Amino acid sequence: MRAEDILLPTPAGVCCKSGGFHIDPTRPVDKAVITHGHSDHARAGHGAVLATQETLDIMRLRYGENFAGSTQALRYGETVALGGVSVTLHPAGHVLGSAQVLVEKGGFRAVASGDYKDVRDPTCAPFELVPCDLFITEATFGLPVFRHSRTQDEIAKLLRSVELFPERAHLVGAYSLGKAQRVIALIREAGYDKTIYLHGAMEKITRYYEERGIPLEPFELVKGSKKFELAGTITLCPPSAIKDLWTRRFPDPVACFASGWMRVRARARQGGVELPLVISDHADWDGLTATIKATGASEIWVTHGQEDALVHWSTQQGLRARPLDIVGYGDEDESDGVSDAEQAGNSA
Amino acid sequence: MNRFAALLDRLTYEHGRNNKIRLMTDYFRHTPDPERGYALAALTGALSFQHAKAGLIRALIAERTDPVLFGLSYDYVGDLSETVALMWPTDPSQKPNAIPSLSEVIETFSTLGKSQLPAQLARWLDALDETGRWALLKLVTGGLRIGVSARLAKTAAAALGGKDVTDIELMWSGLEPPYLDLFAWLEGRGDIPSTTDPAPFRPAMLAHAIEPPDFEKLDAADFSAEWKWDGIRVQAAAGTNDDGERVARLYSRTGEDISKSFPDLVESLRFNGAIDGELLIVREGRVQSFNVLQQRLNRKTVNAKLLNEFPAHLRAYDLLFESGEDLRDKPFIERRARLEKFVGALNDPRVDVSQLVPFETWDELTAARGNPASAGAGEDADAVEGVMLKRRDSTYVPGRPKGPWWKWKRDPFTVDAVLMYAQRGHGKRSSYYSDYTFGVWTTGENGDELVPVGKAYFGFTDEELLQIDRFVRRHTVDRFGPVREVTHDPDTGLVLEVAFEGLQRSTRHKSGLAMRFPRISRLRWDKPPREADRLEALEKLLGSVEKDGASADAPLVPEPSAT
Repeated sequence: MRAEDILLPTPAGVCCKSGGFHIDPTRPVDKAVITHGHSDHARAGHGAVLATQETLDIMRLRYGENFAGSTQALRYGETVALGGVSVTLHPAGHVLGSAQVLVEKGGFRAVASGDYKDVRDPTCAPFELVPCDLFITEATFGLPVFRHSRTQDEIAKLLRSVELFPERAHLVGAYSLGKAQRVIALIREAGYDKTIYLHGAMEKITRYYEERGIPLEPFELVKGSKKFELAGTITLCPPSAIKDLWTRRFPDPVACFASGWMRVRARARQGGVELPLVISDHADWDGLTATIKATGASEIWVTHGQEDALVHWSTQQGLRARPLDIVGYGDEDESDGVSDAEQAGNSA
Repeated sequence: MNRFAALLDRLTYEHGRNNKIRLMTDYFRHTPDPERGYALAALTGALSFQHAKAGLIRALIAERTDPVLFGLSYDYVGDLSETVALMWPTDPSQKPNAIPSLSEVIETFSTLGKSQLPAQLARWLDALDETGRWALLKLVTGGLRIGVSARLAKTAAAALGGKDVTDIELMWSGLEPPYLDLFAWLEGRGDIPSTTDPAPFRPAMLAHAIEPPDFEKLDAADFSAEWKWDGIRVQAAAGTNDDGERVARLYSRTGEDISKSFPDLVESLRFNGAIDGELLIVREGRVQSFNVLQQRLNRKTVNAKLLNEFPAHLRAYDLLFESGEDLRDKPFIERRARLEKFVGALNDPRVDVSQLVPFETWDELTAARGNPASAGAGEDADAVEGVMLKRRDSTYVPGRPKGPWWKWKRDPFTVDAVLMYAQRGHGKRSSYYSDYTFGVWTTGENGDELVPVGKAYFGFTDEELLQIDRFVRRHTVDRFGPVREVTHDPDTGLVLEVAFEGLQRSTRHKSGLAMRFPRISRLRWDKPPREADRLEALEKLLGSVEKDGASADAPLVPEPSAT
């Protein structure tokens, strides 16, 4: 059997013809299997959606009750038959509820991993290695320069800075879903037990994490706090907010950004970041290459990011590898932001 | 090395001066000797070893990585040291090498033979993490570039012991890395380091800019005036050390030793003492413009051609020391008399005394400033950038005391330009669009178009900043990362009156010219962009600068007199 007999790349996402569904489609379809709740993978408007309970909950929080015609929750490790294939979800370690999709037919195993990371995250189930014949991987950080730091070192850097500049506020830009909660959990693990402040855009998801038994408290919204009260505090906000009007409510803010992109100085400087924190929810180069090897897959499809380097590397390893030209992945950074207009309204 | 790397890493992103000092002081406080001393040496540029070449670094990485992956990575990162630091392969199965200390790196590096260098560098790179490798490569290739001046680093060290940076400047040239005695003194564990340096830097005395209302409170009879030459303020110190050897040094006004760049002038410093003066280029007895001097500056190598074409000259303003005698607490007129004798005795064509400007009343001085050529500056008038006022009884006080000395610069040139792009500022200004690119009209292929002629990020008040920021946000037509393009049509846009000190040709700018010290002097909300100035007007001004020097008193748009 060929890989293409079971999964077919289309511009709207990977399609499983015999199962009658798409995986993380970027356009509305009849049936979708969704790997995780980030807006570039989980879109509203599909007929039926199959995902983990957490992913469905997150989609509901973000898009409202009617985000899909119908939904079906699947536990990690549970298998359902869809058309001529069977589908199983396995933890991807990316954010709460994130899953890899294993599609099997006639002994051929294909894994669409969505976004994933192979390092510890206190806010979600750890990545599970799923042996397969075809592995579909992301390549967000698919260049050998991307090697993430140890998260505890990055958090230590942040806390050291808070200690050194007690009269300033530290603003940590972080994606609202997943990264923000992970950063809070890591700060808690480092022994910081003071109130952490939140931008309004993070509230719902953070409360949801807390409800799911991930201890993040105490936290509260920035809104209503006086400027002087925010000295010496840590606030989490969407990345786009760390440089905008909204920041004028803080005393001499230190702009921090928790992201794998912070590994590259030009990237950090371009965004006006003063304290870059290399903390990523995506696998780094070593993680991507180690995972590809460990799956035992002989065929590799690369969905989004720095495809060229990862395809080149895979080919050097004697694997069949190709980039998939799916439009629309990797935009969570953009869509997660809050526009100037909203900011202005917010600060009024 | 890791702590030092973390410090450098943080400094590269920090814009605030005081925050930089805090970061460095914190490092000095928590880092033991001799490590912190070597860090201070690295930060002040006091280390001298043969730097590693980029080719060596390239060769090291080429042995270890796939060329395609390296190419893609370098392309993405854009900086060789950083690319190598990030993609340097590490083998987790190998027991890592011991992480080298900064001291070890510096001590080893200064004694290492060229052939041993690559292997040693590779061993260190194997042992360090990404930030450590980046810092190591920046250090050994000699390209720290972290926005910290030597003086700022010394200020941070001084803060460790609650001392003044002036104290450190005074002893600096007598100190050696890793500065154990300095830190012992700063931490109250030792005596003040004695310096037997015969030519130390003495912190310079600076002047405040005078404003029209100030004159009312000042009596012209109390003051002496001299030309403010448009060169580089320097201090020339010379003497004989304990071994009987001659020592002569040229310092910038911040205390940086710039002797290496001016061997021709240093040779002429055959005296025992310290002169405060202006470094100029003098050709055939005529002082050249700052544009000419600039061609001598920032050169990596000083060759015979450069020395010949741009002969350095010292024009003396003041005498701080003479044969071991400290003159700084003597009144200015006494120092001045001693200076004239001192320079007369030196009798060297490269050193002369800056002439006083005779005046009885402020009106006479106003006239002299308005026309230096006829007030004694003669053919050198083009190199005059104003007058200095010094109280006749003023002692020489380090820093910028208010009252004894005043600078009264010539009126700036001004141009009405149109705001084209705005970029967010840094630090406290990070939520404001505070860096402005402005342009003037020129004839393009499709009629009149604006061509950028400069960038300015100060000169406006806080209130004006808010106004411009609001204008930028409401008139954005395009965005490029942190930069916004704003409306700049003939009828809609913001006209900025830009003041500047001079013009020069530049191949880096599309307009072909660059402004010196541009700043926003006024917002012309009243003026439609179509009435802004044209490039031809600037070119005409440049032409007159190049031909016979611009008269600062013929600004492009006459500026209301400062008096």
